[in-house]
Amino acid sequence: MQIYLPIAEMSVNLFLLLAMGGGVGFLSGLFGVGGGFLLTPLMIFIGIPPAVSVATVANQFLASSVSGVLAHWRRGNVDVKMGLVLMVGGLAGSGLGVWVFKVLRSLGQIDLAISICYVLFLGTVGGLMLAESLAAMRRSRRPLPPSRAGQGHHESWVHRLPFKMRFRKSRLYISALLPLAVGLAVGILAAIMGVGGGFIMVPAMIYLLGMPTQVVVGTSLFQIIFVTANTTFLQSTFNQTVDVVLALLLLPGAVIGAQYGARFGSRLKAEQLRVLLALLVLGVCLKLAFDLVTRPDDLYLLAGGMK
Amino acid sequence: MRRKGRFFSLTALLPAVLVGLLVLPLTADAANTPREQPLVADLSKHLVAITTGFSGTDVLLFGATDGPGDIILVVRGPVTQQIVRRKGKVGGLMWVNQDYVTVENAPSFYSVASTRPLEDLVGPATLDRHQIGMTHLDLELSDLTLGETEEEFRSALFRLKEEQGLYSYAPGTVTQLANRLFRSELHFPSNVPTGTYLVEVYLVRDNDVVNAEITPLIIGKAGFGADLYLFAHEHSAWYGVGAILLAVVAGWAAGALFRRS
Repeated sequence: MQIYLPIAEMSVNLFLLLAMGGGVGFLSGLFGVGGGFLLTPLMIFIGIPPAVSVATVANQFLASSVSGVLAHWRRGNVDVKMGLVLMVGGLAGSGLGVWVFKVLRSLGQIDLAISICYVLFLGTVGGLMLAESLAAMRRSRRPLPPSRAGQGHHESWVHRLPFKMRFRKSRLYISALLPLAVGLAVGILAAIMGVGGGFIMVPAMIYLLGMPTQVVVGTSLFQIIFVTANTTFLQSTFNQTVDVVLALLLLPGAVIGAQYGARFGSRLKAEQLRVLLALLVLGVCLKLAFDLVTRPDDLYLLAGGMK
Repeated sequence: MRRKGRFFSLTALLPAVLVGLLVLPLTADAANTPREQPLVADLSKHLVAITTGFSGTDVLLFGATDGPGDIILVVRGPVTQQIVRRKGKVGGLMWVNQDYVTVENAPSFYSVASTRPLEDLVGPATLDRHQIGMTHLDLELSDLTLGETEEEFRSALFRLKEEQGLYSYAPGTVTQLANRLFRSELHFPSNVPTGTYLVEVYLVRDNDVVNAEITPLIIGKAGFGADLYLFAHEHSAWYGVGAILLAVVAGWAAGALFRRS
């Protein structure tokens, strides 16, 4: 059954959209990340214009983050104070990101920027995660006590930064500049790459800020709500690229898929999950890097006029 | 950044269509009052409404001639600006968009159908004059810094548009009956641009165009999709606020539905 998307100005098979939402939702429930790094390339692959894909994914993640954060909120796994500080950085970052997006689009280099961002960040995050989780698996086989990686071993300059704040739920006393910077960086990337930023935010919160794992996902979802809301608003206002019909059609699959993903994930060990996620992330990264350096089938492409 | 002018409300355009339908036969009549018209043609519909279930459509063109002759059929969509980019290798490593050409007046849709291949029917000068056939389009290129490669960009434009299903050339698809009646099926894919189209029918005899008729065809969004598109472009900020509220409500509802852990 074909359905016409009014903003993307094309028709897409309804069941394809539901299946895509479901598949990405399953993975996001399984790994606890949004899955934007999969959804956006998939949407571009089925022919939705990149600008519409990126903006619409932000809107779709707003919806799925709201439904995700509810569960974490009930379990008390949201550090509101940390989330708000991250949000301030994130809002500034997404504003900057939408502006950069517009400039790059007018230069015709938005596809390149998106690809390079993907390769760099997926490569870094995937590589780090793979190394860390493989090390954790090796440790868990030996009867040694696990080292407290990522906690209390920051460089001393980090501790000398001003504006120290106490984050009770995260059991941290650190400079507010750290989460602000993390929020800013993730906000910029989220707007350019069309991702919620969870796959960067979650490792950054664990390894850079040293937050305890159980509050990480809830807090990251909490702040992603605000960042994606801001991105939705800015993309709608300046680029008119948010397709609400598309976003709403992706949602049911994503929400239902996430439930099954989470259930399936609870049967696997945390390290195993992280290795799988790392491999998935690295796979997407390698595919994009390969596309960037091999000669494309068609050297030419069309772009509509800018006015 | 799409053109606002591409949106058409069907009700607003109805008078334009009616006027077009009335005026065209009248002017043709005035030119040759004493004789019978050598060429008449019409479409099965003059309005194509893009609604939520739209997945492309076919419009039947049919007509009659006053004797033997070949038919050429040209459908032109509204003119738009198109940028054609070409990738080049940067730093010996990555393929990056480099050179580009702006085509100021590319038809957003362009299809040619005929009873026989164009080159068998009329000479290139005639094709140029009526802009029949992609290579005979009078395209206005700007931002030209490339000189010799201009032709490559031109053919890339045609090729990419053909891949999108928006440009086509189909000789032999106009069928004739008893040298009098002719018909052809015009296909418009789901990604068809909106706007006012011109359907041109040419009657060819002895290597020359002897008569022509132009009929307008309006393709516009209708219903919910049209309202949404208009709202997104005219009231962008409110559309953004609406998109946020909708997402929050939908997300909340979905979360509440799966509350059982």
